[in-house]
Amino acid sequence: MLELDRVTKIFRLGIFGRKSLKAVDQVSFRVNHGQVVALIGESGSGKTTIGKMILRLLPATSGTILFEGRDIAKFHGRALKEYYRQVQGVFQDPFSSYNPIFKVDRIFNIVQKEFFPKVSAQKWRERQEEALCAVGLTPEEVLGKYPHQLSGGQLQRLLIARALLLEIRLLVADEIISMLDASTRVDVLNLLADLKNAQGLSVLFITHDLALAHYVSDEALILYRGNIVESGDIAKVFGSPLHPYTQMLLLSVPRLDQKWEDVEIKLQAQSAPLGKGCVYYHRCFVQEKEKICANEKPGLLEVENGHFVACHRFRETKKEVRYATGETRGTSTS
Amino acid sequence: MELLAVENLRVYYQTLRGDVKAVDGVTFSMSPGEIMGLAGESGCGKSTLGRSLVLLKPPMKYVGGKVLLKGTPLPIWDKKTMASFRFSEVSLIPQYALSALNPTRKVKKLLTDILWSKGIKFSQIFPELRRRMELVELPLEVLNMYPFELSGGMKQRMVMVLSTLLNPSLLIADEVTSALDVSTQKAVARMLVEFRDRKFVGAIIVITHDISLLYQIADSIFVMYAGKLMERGSTEDLIQRPKHPYTQLLVASLPRIGARYAQEKLQGIPGCPPSLLEPPQGCRFRTRCPRTWEKCLEEPPLVTTKDGDLTWQVACWLAVDKHA
Repeated sequence: MLELDRVTKIFRLGIFGRKSLKAVDQVSFRVNHGQVVALIGESGSGKTTIGKMILRLLPATSGTILFEGRDIAKFHGRALKEYYRQVQGVFQDPFSSYNPIFKVDRIFNIVQKEFFPKVSAQKWRERQEEALCAVGLTPEEVLGKYPHQLSGGQLQRLLIARALLLEIRLLVADEIISMLDASTRVDVLNLLADLKNAQGLSVLFITHDLALAHYVSDEALILYRGNIVESGDIAKVFGSPLHPYTQMLLLSVPRLDQKWEDVEIKLQAQSAPLGKGCVYYHRCFVQEKEKICANEKPGLLEVENGHFVACHRFRETKKEVRYATGETRGTSTS
Repeated sequence: MELLAVENLRVYYQTLRGDVKAVDGVTFSMSPGEIMGLAGESGCGKSTLGRSLVLLKPPMKYVGGKVLLKGTPLPIWDKKTMASFRFSEVSLIPQYALSALNPTRKVKKLLTDILWSKGIKFSQIFPELRRRMELVELPLEVLNMYPFELSGGMKQRMVMVLSTLLNPSLLIADEVTSALDVSTQKAVARMLVEFRDRKFVGAIIVITHDISLLYQIADSIFVMYAGKLMERGSTEDLIQRPKHPYTQLLVASLPRIGARYAQEKLQGIPGCPPSLLEPPQGCRFRTRCPRTWEKCLEEPPLVTTKDGDLTWQVACWLAVDKHA
């Protein structure tokens, strides 16, 4: 359904734009119907930039983003509006998505005015109630209230309800739960998974939280400094992580069932300059780093069926692929 | 002897609509060298509790209660007298510490200002400062940098070194790791433990909403809800065998790595926390509690059980009946 083909984003820095920063580097992946794909990365890894490019909030420097086989950069006027009817984003801070001086109903009214002017008020109210029930809210509880009267979880679910009214097919969820409390977080996650199962909604779930990503997603993309370093079926990526970065991330997550092991983390190398070699070269804990690691950037290799990694240690046996997910299995979900 | 003893502390916020009872009768104590995790949902009063022990200023209002640090009363209601305790005896790391500071001042200037207020010369403390910066892997050049030049993890490490430089008896770390990436978070959390082990600080209160992080570093966990203590116990017991219904639900709602929606569906806690302007009578968790009964309309007593060195405190009527 959604396809990113060697998408790159370069930001110009400095007064005259002399310096440049490669935020996203040749990223290719697919999101299929009814699939939840987790885009996992630390701050500065380019995960939000990818989300913004899909929502056309930022233009890509090179590469193409295809939605149902059509290039989204070429959408204008009516076609663009139609695109937004199918693809919507929900962002981290629910409070800043609302105008605090208007009641929350306004977000629904705008949708009606813009996209469904012919639908009668009666019918619209019914649809609105249906969407609110789908996200587990009762209309009397939330409608007619101001944003400050509702909790973060309620506001976030209202935004998802708004997206549902548009009959969207792809939701770009950028850190939608990191501002919520543990007790309400799970409800929003369950909602996403229910919508996927019931309506075949596809979700690009952008997060830095590995446990939450694992909970809802089918596929995982691990992003490091603008490059996909590992991807594939979520059970395979989390069950047998192959890239040293993924391994380090999984060891650093605070868990309730086991204590942290002693693994040294090199803190300083985080912002080391990028050479022509592997992006993870400076932080990699693999002892016998080879010459090739410093000189050549590894491509994504299919190590087992539906599990890809960009690391030179696996270069002998496997074939190189272009798409990080959805290469071989069509619409299959696990 | 106990390092810190807090007895029936009440701190309210003054607003136009009345007092917000953010900390409403909290009693607990800490042993020397203890790392206590203070957990709860946003708006439960955990930050207010932490802050009130260091800098209690309007709109915060001291209403009642006692705080003893190493046996001596801490005059938290008096901002001026507290100045002699602040930084040297009790120290606070707020969430975005260095970002809140004057961006036109270098880190070194900031430090000399604090030291000047305590009558200490920079050269006096410099050898110790250098040693500690090496310990947290910060180069000395950081001192000549502006706060915005540092990354999130570097800032937090720098603030940790600064706030513990005079070896305070009590350090309060308010959400110090929440804005960091997992790998940096781990390193900073480990440093808190290391500072305690090296006796740079007497005891640490770690305020966070992340219970799995507390499981990694804390000795005991204090669960707060709507301005009240719900449960306090050793980390291992509280996570594995929570007694209070709120703690049980809270721990059960955390996704563990390995948990998948398809296999086991987790549950959140329905409803929202009560307004602290007029909190409900009796147990404050009553409105969301699945095991509530008539007795809950009365204020639940704090049931304290001693099991060797460990004290377990639960504020729930269900715990009373088991002991009766």
